[in-house]
Amino acid sequence: MNRVVITGLGIYSCIGTSLDEVRQSLYEGRSGIIVDQERKDFGYRSGLTGMVARPALKGVLDRRARINLPEQGEYAYMSTAEAMRTAGIDADYFKDNEVGIIYGNDSSAQPVIEATDIIRAKKDTTLLGSGSIFQTMNSTVTMNLATIFPLKGINLTLSAACASGSHSIGMGYLMIKSGLQEMVICGGAQEINKYAMGNFDALSAFSILESEPGKASRPFDRDRDGLVPSGGAATVIIESLESAQRRGATILGEIVGYGFSSNGAHISNPTVEGPVRALSKSLVDSGLRAADIDYINAHATSTPAGDASEARAIHELFGDHHTPVSSTKSMTGHECWMAGASEIVYSMLMMQEGFVAPNINFENPDEDSARLNIVGKTLDKRIDTFLSNSFGFGGTNSSLIVTKWKPN
Amino acid sequence: METELKTKAEIISNINEFLAEEFEVDVADITPEANLNETLQLDSLDYIDLVVMIESNFGFKVKAEDFPGIKTFQDFYGYIISKTGAKDE
Repeated sequence: MNRVVITGLGIYSCIGTSLDEVRQSLYEGRSGIIVDQERKDFGYRSGLTGMVARPALKGVLDRRARINLPEQGEYAYMSTAEAMRTAGIDADYFKDNEVGIIYGNDSSAQPVIEATDIIRAKKDTTLLGSGSIFQTMNSTVTMNLATIFPLKGINLTLSAACASGSHSIGMGYLMIKSGLQEMVICGGAQEINKYAMGNFDALSAFSILESEPGKASRPFDRDRDGLVPSGGAATVIIESLESAQRRGATILGEIVGYGFSSNGAHISNPTVEGPVRALSKSLVDSGLRAADIDYINAHATSTPAGDASEARAIHELFGDHHTPVSSTKSMTGHECWMAGASEIVYSMLMMQEGFVAPNINFENPDEDSARLNIVGKTLDKRIDTFLSNSFGFGGTNSSLIVTKWKPN
Repeated sequence: METELKTKAEIISNINEFLAEEFEVDVADITPEANLNETLQLDSLDYIDLVVMIESNFGFKVKAEDFPGIKTFQDFYGYIISKTGAKDE
C-alpha cells in the first residue's frame, strides 16, 4: 500500500482568496458573512451568506475555457491554480504524468435556470450558445478543469451533498493508496448565487440573525438558530509518497485515515450512530487512538440538531481526551459541497502554523457542547494530527485524519 | 430583437467589432478576403455561438446549413447584408 501525502493546497473562500489571506483570517477569527439584499429581494427568508468576488479570468483563460465555466468552476480554477503552485507543478507536468481529478460538486443551479429562461423567452434552444451544456452538468468542475490543465487520469465529480469535498479527498486517497493513481487533484466547489440556495432556505435551515452577520454562524453555541450558506472552492493535491519524493516536492502532510458511513435513516435529520461509525473507521484506518488526535475540525454548521448530534458523537469517542474542537464554519459559513475540502485546507494551515482557529461566537454552551473542549479563542498549539468531519443530506458521513509529515 | 436598418458599412463595422471582441482576435486581422474559420480559429462549438451573436446583433436566426457556403469575411458580410436588406448609404 502506498503512503498518501498532501503536496498542494489552494483556497478561494469568503475569508480570503489565497492561503496567506485565509491563514490570517483564521488566526484573527475573522468572519466572511454578509447580508445579501439581492436574496431578500428575490424572496429568501434569510439574506445571510458568505460572499466571494468572481475572479477576472479574461486574459488568463481563453474564450472557450471561460464560456464553459460556471461560477463555482471559476473558483475551482483559482484554488487549483494556487494548489499547483504550492505543489510545484504546472500544466506541462500533466503531459507526461497521469494525474487524475476527483472533485466535489453537487449543483449548478444558475446556468440551468438561465438556460431555461432563454428557452422560454426565445422558444429556441439554438440560442443558448455552446457553453450552457458544459456549465449546467453536475460534473462541470471536473470536465472543465480536466480540459483546461489537461489531465489524463481518473476524471470524475463526486456528489455527496455537504460531504462531497471530504469524500473526494477520501476517494483520491484510496486510489493512490491502492496504486491506481500517483497523483489526484481533489477538492470541492460551491456556487454562491441566489439561485443555488433558495430551496435550502425553504427548509428554514438558515440563520436569520441578520442584524449582526458576523455573529450569525455560531456552531455549538446555545443560541444558534441555523446555518449560513457560503461558497468558493478548495483544492488539495495528493500523491503517493514515492511520487512526491521522486520529484522533490515539499510534503505538507500525510493522509492516514478515511472513514465513511451512511446513517441509513432520515434524509435530513442527523444521527449520532452514523458519524460515530465514520469516526471510528477513520481511526482504525489510521492505526491511531483517539488520544493521538490533537485537533478536531468539526462539521458543525450551526443548526440546533446537527451540532448536538455531532457533539454527542465526538464526546463518545474523544470525551476522555479533552481534544480541542472548533468549527471554522463559525467564520466561513457552511461551504456545502466545498466544505470538506476547505476544512482540510484550513486545518492544514493551522497545523503548519501551530494554532487552533477559534470557533467564533461560542459564547454559551448547551448541554452537549459543554462536554467538549470547544476552542472559542485562537489557541497557539502544536498540532501533529488532526481529524476533519463532514456530513451531508441522506446521512452521508466522512472523516479524514491527516498528520504532519514525519519521514520514517 | 429587431434592429434599425443600418448601412452596409455600418454592418461590416459592427460585424468586425463583435467578432474581434468575442473571438479575441486583432481587428486588423479581419479583412474581406481572409478566411473566417482560420482567422477566428472556429471549432464546431464556436459556430453555435456565432448563431447567438448574429441573433443578438441583428435580430435574425441563421440556419446552420448556410454556414458551409461562407468561407471569407466578405461571404459573411454578404450573407448578413442580404438578410438585413441594408442599403449602401
